[in-house]
Amino acid sequence: MSGWTRLTGSAVALGGANIDTDQLIPARFMSQPRKDGYGTFLLHDVRATEDAHVLNHHTPKVLIAGRNFGSGSSREAAVYALVDFGVQAVFAPSFGDIFAGNAVNNGLLTAQIDDALCAELTKLLGGGVAGAEVDIAVGRAVIAGCGFAFALDDVRRQKLMNGWDDIDLTAQYTDKIATFRAARVAAHSWALPKT
Amino acid sequence: MSRPRTLLDKLWDTHEILVRGDGTSLMWVDRHLVHEGSHHAFAKLAARDMPVAHPALTFGVVDHYAPTRPGDVAPDIRRMMRTLSENAARTGIRLFDLDDPAQGIVHVIGPEQGLTLPGLLINCGDSHTSTHGAFGALAFGVGATEVAHILATQTIWQSRPNAMRITFDGVLAAGVTAKDMALHWIALLGADGAQGHAVEYAGAAVDALSMEGRLTLCNLSIEGGARMGIVAPDDVTFRYLSGRPFAPNGAAWDTAVADWRQLSSDRDASFEREVRIDARAIAPTVTWGTSPEEALPVTARVPMPELLGSKAAHARASLEYMGLQAGMPLTEVKVDQVFIGSCTNGRIEDLRMAAKVLAGRNAVVPGLVSPGSAMVKRQAEAEGLAQVFVQAGLEWGASGCSMCVGMNGDLVAAGKRCASSTNRNFKGRQGRGARTHLMSPAMVAAAAVTGRLADVRPLLEGRA
Repeated sequence: MSGWTRLTGSAVALGGANIDTDQLIPARFMSQPRKDGYGTFLLHDVRATEDAHVLNHHTPKVLIAGRNFGSGSSREAAVYALVDFGVQAVFAPSFGDIFAGNAVNNGLLTAQIDDALCAELTKLLGGGVAGAEVDIAVGRAVIAGCGFAFALDDVRRQKLMNGWDDIDLTAQYTDKIATFRAARVAAHSWALPKT
Repeated sequence: MSRPRTLLDKLWDTHEILVRGDGTSLMWVDRHLVHEGSHHAFAKLAARDMPVAHPALTFGVVDHYAPTRPGDVAPDIRRMMRTLSENAARTGIRLFDLDDPAQGIVHVIGPEQGLTLPGLLINCGDSHTSTHGAFGALAFGVGATEVAHILATQTIWQSRPNAMRITFDGVLAAGVTAKDMALHWIALLGADGAQGHAVEYAGAAVDALSMEGRLTLCNLSIEGGARMGIVAPDDVTFRYLSGRPFAPNGAAWDTAVADWRQLSSDRDASFEREVRIDARAIAPTVTWGTSPEEALPVTARVPMPELLGSKAAHARASLEYMGLQAGMPLTEVKVDQVFIGSCTNGRIEDLRMAAKVLAGRNAVVPGLVSPGSAMVKRQAEAEGLAQVFVQAGLEWGASGCSMCVGMNGDLVAAGKRCASSTNRNFKGRQGRGARTHLMSPAMVAAAAVTGRLADVRPLLEGRA
């Protein structure tokens, strides 16, 4: 996966708290292979019932969302749906933990903003679209003319910028893992499943 | 003297292989559980031509798509189950397939088979992996990329969460269960209330819970935003595990129990966050909205959104989706159907409690009961519980995730209202447009016999 540092595009506000992973991608689509893309599944049932839904009219790179975005199931397919739709960054007051972990593994930035800023950006965007610039290296974004700094821990910053794959990273520790495993089995043999 | 440690610290320290410069830990994974949904991860591994590092530590089970009713299975569903079977065979992973007498929901069979033990680090590509923490294990759900990493290396990169303790003082009233404890704290703290934390549950009401109850409590940790829930193991834990197929036996059992007795938070250990709840004050609880935090005692009324401050907008949207009027008593909400099952409440004790309410009564709405595992199914049939459900007019199905997530085709139709012993009342969770009310299995049984959301306590009077 290739990394990214800066993006220039557009942003929309989704509004509302608790946009969970069941809404982001309804379960019935999850038996589909990824090769055809998951973008059409994004918020499928919500968009199908609301013609005016902002994502029926725009394909932004940036979303502003309410608190607890991506709560619920561990389905990485929720991230695939966002990424395949073209979304690269989501700003919200809080995120589901597993979702946020899945996001960074797929190049999707999830950055926390406080409630007041979220409300301000949501108001600025209304039901429409506006320009967005995001810079991960310095942790700054400008959305609808409103510039702000956002915090991003170094782990996520590096992964997003470098597009690192954990399996490659872990390979350098193979010996340490083997040593640890041998010591664990020696000290706690009960930890192995009885055969 | 060393610093007093929390149970989380102890579990973390025994699995930490190394800490990277940025503070992330590389953790050893003792047990890895996979299901049909893990196909993305197997595909990632295959694309890199990598083997599974330690296939003996990974176990597979068919649950998310498992049919619970006889008859033909849709081609997509058949393909999902076959893909898991092929991946398991190719990589040498022990699979509990559909016809295995030990098949069931991954979070039910892990404990049942003794695969889940105190002191282990357990991962699964499912958010309800927090369930296994009920044994004093470090257990958390992961996504497909992380599943692939575990398959390839038997390790996972994680940042240590903050430690939080929820202490439930006192004893629960009759008719009040672990499900009510969970919905109560989630309503109190919010669906993101424990984000970034591992929650240790403690106090007299937790000590008094059976393993089934503790599993329910830990299962729902994720619905309050916590990735993990933990209960310190005790004699209740050890009694449950003794003699389980994959649990240690003989001298190894004695060594294990001696180790496991060390697994509790030190007296003076400090937690980043502490919450105390009076268990005596918890009533049978139901959800009225589309987030697990939108829950109230069944004796309450549907709330007025304008009184909910920053949560008003969400509440208004919830009431519209749920088709409810603000201010109406919850006990006047009529249901169309019921469901008993899931990794939250599909265990034998759950079925016993529901059957206690249903015995000698008739359900006035249709419903499905799906036992959490084939073993629970056999036991429920042997104890006469299945007959109680059937005589009450409910359908007795096979085990799987079933109507909790609807992947196998067990769906609630659009606009229909379901009283459900499951874990998520999200929009569309049980089917497109479906309306879900979460509650304990006993409360679902009460809804079945009254056709409404109902307080189970009067229905339990005189029933030992």
